Amino acid sequence: MKLTVERIAFRYGKEPLFKGLSFDVAAGEFVSILGPSGCGKSTILNLLAGILTPESGEMRVDGAPIHGMSGHFAYMPQNDLLFPWKTIMQNVCLHGRIHGDPKAAQARAEALFPLFGLAGYENAWPGDLSGGMRQRAAFLRTALCDADILLLDEPFGALDVISRGDMQDWLASMKQHLGRTCLLVTHDIDEAIYLSDRILVLTGRPAAIHREYRVTEANRTRDWLYAQGALRHSLHDSIRGLEAGPC
Amino acid sequence: MKKTSRAALPALAIVALLILWEALVRILEIPSYVLPAPSQVLAALWEDRAALLRHSGVTVAEALGGMGISLVCAVALGMLMDVSEGVKAVLYPILVVTQTVPMIVLSPILILYLGFGAAPKILTVVLMCFFPIVVSFTDGMGRIDPGYVNLIRTYGGSRLQVYTLVKIPYALPALFSGLKVAATYSVSGAVVGEWVASQAGIGYYLLRVKNSYALDKMFASVLVIILLSLMMNGLITLLQRLCMPYLYRK
Repeated sequence: MKLTVERIAFRYGKEPLFKGLSFDVAAGEFVSILGPSGCGKSTILNLLAGILTPESGEMRVDGAPIHGMSGHFAYMPQNDLLFPWKTIMQNVCLHGRIHGDPKAAQARAEALFPLFGLAGYENAWPGDLSGGMRQRAAFLRTALCDADILLLDEPFGALDVISRGDMQDWLASMKQHLGRTCLLVTHDIDEAIYLSDRILVLTGRPAAIHREYRVTEANRTRDWLYAQGALRHSLHDSIRGLEAGPC
Repeated sequence: MKKTSRAALPALAIVALLILWEALVRILEIPSYVLPAPSQVLAALWEDRAALLRHSGVTVAEALGGMGISLVCAVALGMLMDVSEGVKAVLYPILVVTQTVPMIVLSPILILYLGFGAAPKILTVVLMCFFPIVVSFTDGMGRIDPGYVNLIRTYGGSRLQVYTLVKIPYALPALFSGLKVAATYSVSGAVVGEWVASQAGIGYYLLRVKNSYALDKMFASVLVIILLSLMMNGLITLLQRLCMPYLYRK
């Protein structure tokens, strides 16, 4: 589904964070948002998810305006937020449980456990899993939502470098299977290049789209990623030249 | 220090104290109406075991009844205070002030209103147990990571589901901490209620043996009260293990 954000305004206290932010994401597209710290990247996802409300402007999914918690989005926050009191299976079936259909959700989840590298851990507690496995479980929970658009807020930010790389490889291989429109917020330039069809670079506060990059390579590997020196350099300069305002 | 030796140290200290007590009573030939030796207390406990068991049953029933009512009321009021900041602002300070009233003073008043049956004893237990449970439960829910609540809301969960799926399970460890404190209060609360007016219970037994200057039986009933409090605490720990198996995973 196509997502359109048009002239959104939002402020924390007296300081405006956005004064007419606009962008769109095509159906099935994977778009990453990069920008200086504190510029409001995560706030964009919170506005879309309905956790925050914009002062003005409009957000549309396939042309239809959305307000509050619309059900179009599956939100994956920075922390995995797995419930320690529920098993991995119960955690990933959360959406089904909320909407009164846990058995159907479990049947779908069982089929996806091997694909998400979680086979055999259905009845484990979250505390028994490694950081990478917990993130995959959180991803499976997000994927099992019947939402059209995935909002990913630095999903691998809390992982060590090696685990993060593994998870990026895994997500790159999963993109086609997910088959959803994805909006990723990240600090990691390599992650954005590796995973995205398009990268949006935000300015500091009040944030606006400063620059847009398209990544067209179909066959992406780590070697290909490490050879993207010019693109990495350009993205780095683009973000570095734009300092965020005081937080 | 090993875990087992750490656990054994307090037990060894108690045994050493009892041996010292026993030795002093025997060496100084202290009469039992002044200070009975531990062996005499144990003998009295065994001799009067049937009566002690019967009276313990009454006290435990009152304590359990009071704990149950306290738990239901505390969870209901805790949720109400969590839902409404206004309700919390009005009730929380009042709850704190109620704790300055000594229960031993309230017990005779309760008996005047509720008679000589189990009701005033159970209400005494409720008044002693309710506060630690409601405070720990409310604080537990207040400490929740807002991310959990937002997750349920973005998934389309209702306000009730926020409580059933996140807030109550999240607050369970805090709730059980309050329950453990309340469990020890519950037996004391029942005994205080029995002291004022009763015909059964360990408090009643204690008053009866006091009137006959049977000091060994008084110490025996104190020992029973300690054991009952430990048993209530153990019961809560068992419930905690059943309700929160993820905290006790191997």
